[in-house]
Amino acid sequence: MTTLSYREAVRSALRDSLRADPRVFLMGEDVGRYGGAYAASKGLLEEFGPERVRDTPLSESTFVGAGIGAALGGMRPIVEVMTVNFSLLALDQIVNNAATLRHMSGGQFSIPLVIRMATGAGRQLAAQHSHSLEVWYAHIPGITALAPATVADARGMLLAALREPDPVVIFEHASLYPMEEEADAHAGPADITHAVVRRRGTDVTVVTYGGSLGKTLAAAERLQVSGISTEVIDLRSLRPLDMETVLASIKKTHRAMIVDEGWRTGSLAAEVSARIMEGAFYDLDAPVARVCSAEVPMPYAKHLEDAALPQPEAIVDAVTALCPRRG
Amino acid sequence: MTALTAPAQVSAPLAFEPDHALLLLRQMLLIRRFEEKCAELYSQGKIRGFLHLYIGEEAVAVGAMQALTADDGVVATYREHGHALARGMPAGAMMAEMYGKANGCSRGRGGSMHLFDAGRRFFGGYAIVGGGLPIAVGLALADRLQARPRVTACFFGDGAVAEGEFHESLNLAALWKLPVLFLCENNRYAMGTALERHQAQPNIAAKAVAYGIPGMQVDGMDVVAVESATRRAVESVRAGTGPVLLELLTYRFRAHSMYDPELYRTKEEVAQWLVRDPVTTFTRRLIDAGILTDADLSALEQDVAAAIAAAVAEAEAGPWEPVADLLKDVHTPRP
Repeated sequence: MTTLSYREAVRSALRDSLRADPRVFLMGEDVGRYGGAYAASKGLLEEFGPERVRDTPLSESTFVGAGIGAALGGMRPIVEVMTVNFSLLALDQIVNNAATLRHMSGGQFSIPLVIRMATGAGRQLAAQHSHSLEVWYAHIPGITALAPATVADARGMLLAALREPDPVVIFEHASLYPMEEEADAHAGPADITHAVVRRRGTDVTVVTYGGSLGKTLAAAERLQVSGISTEVIDLRSLRPLDMETVLASIKKTHRAMIVDEGWRTGSLAAEVSARIMEGAFYDLDAPVARVCSAEVPMPYAKHLEDAALPQPEAIVDAVTALCPRRG
Repeated sequence: MTALTAPAQVSAPLAFEPDHALLLLRQMLLIRRFEEKCAELYSQGKIRGFLHLYIGEEAVAVGAMQALTADDGVVATYREHGHALARGMPAGAMMAEMYGKANGCSRGRGGSMHLFDAGRRFFGGYAIVGGGLPIAVGLALADRLQARPRVTACFFGDGAVAEGEFHESLNLAALWKLPVLFLCENNRYAMGTALERHQAQPNIAAKAVAYGIPGMQVDGMDVVAVESATRRAVESVRAGTGPVLLELLTYRFRAHSMYDPELYRTKEEVAQWLVRDPVTTFTRRLIDAGILTDADLSALEQDVAAAIAAAVAEAEAGPWEPVADLLKDVHTPRP
């Protein structure tokens, strides 16, 4: 185990994959000479050359579509889209082609394409660089949507995604890139089929993913002080959802809350909540609660941005309201 | 060829082997009669959904396809029956697909707009206008990265030229010198909007030149001209000098789809183009050249009619996919 940043973990997975498999190549805006908008691919152009680390023009729809074509042609493309907001320019290719081609062709083709993109707020980048639109992709049959919340997952999920025969979209929360944790720099692919209990608890289950995991764990520490034992589940895969892990926890705690940086309306939190109703209604001692982003385009000013996002204080308050008074 | 002058019109002399000429005629006739049958089956309710007929444009698919090898790739549009047949896809599997049967080429998942054949490297029918162009660029990139001397032929209409993906794809293919042959079927209408009403610069070949891509206008009603121009273009693309764009000037004789009352064009305009019908004009040329007799033509018609009857029988006899398999092929099965 070594101390590794989330950014270095992504880079190590990219480097190891490029070394191990000649079919793998990376393309996207400024992934080469610039080193990646978040420096995830720094140094890879020098090691692998411009054929395998390809700077693209600013044409999201076409370079993502070209990734689909290259996957059809036997390659294992990794396409980096700078942020989820920009990915909307490629939504047509992802939704209408990548997700449909296998089914629409009666199973004749597979599209082993990995699309990585930064998501989320917290750096005062305002309303066109900060949104959390993961649920848009999690809505689409044919796509696997992953959200690594830890350094180990940042590496392991990318390695696992490259072993998938179908399109995988990976959401890397932009605030996590500098985060450092102890991790195995040579670890293999992660299990992407299961959610993980990140903290054991007995009073309430809080389900979250991506950039909200750290905030939820911080809230759980504070709640422990006031006598509330919080179980924290990291969904990890947003499609498919591992509801077994969530429901098993709720059968134990009888209370559930979801923390989601997306907007509340039509959110992943809404989907998880509905599935809890379907699968554990009679195990619940209280209605399912949600802490989501305020329904506003992300503002620039720091205090407004902070107020728009799920914060540990709001999580503590919501969990406290959900749990009966102690003592 | 990349000079910023008006692209040259390419026309070719009637220089072909009799056997090959008859093959071209047979393919065009097969497409024509196949689609006439489709229209009939549509009115009987056997085929549903959208049905876009290629009638009038047969010379484009048939002429262009002659220049490709089995290893090359084809990306087509939602008006792709002609491309699929010219690529050699079995008419029976196509007809069964339009019936929505399990023996259809896409197992009833695609219908008329989404025909696929992996074995023939026919990468399908794309129904989001312009959506196939980036796919073609990517297929060509895969060939380049794997050092395969293949060409990817990408068919699209004049309507696609207004989409951003047309410009992005031409730019990327030219920038990376990828082996893509862009084949613009300019039938003068984006559904019901005439070319002059949707393009500030209606010369599409000239747009290619702006991206540093050789662009040429070709008479898309003349199968020999199309084949000849495409052969030269494929040779250039395969040589590794980058993409080429051919603008094939053609015309759709039928409505856009089966729901189109054709309010946007006159009967006189259609009549003017009907004079240039690629099937009848080519037939006349072959008869005049002594390559085809009336008896030959009648035998050819009978042969094509038999092939279409067999395709319909195959579709009629085909099984329905069990509803239990509804969710099949959303993902690749895991071993």
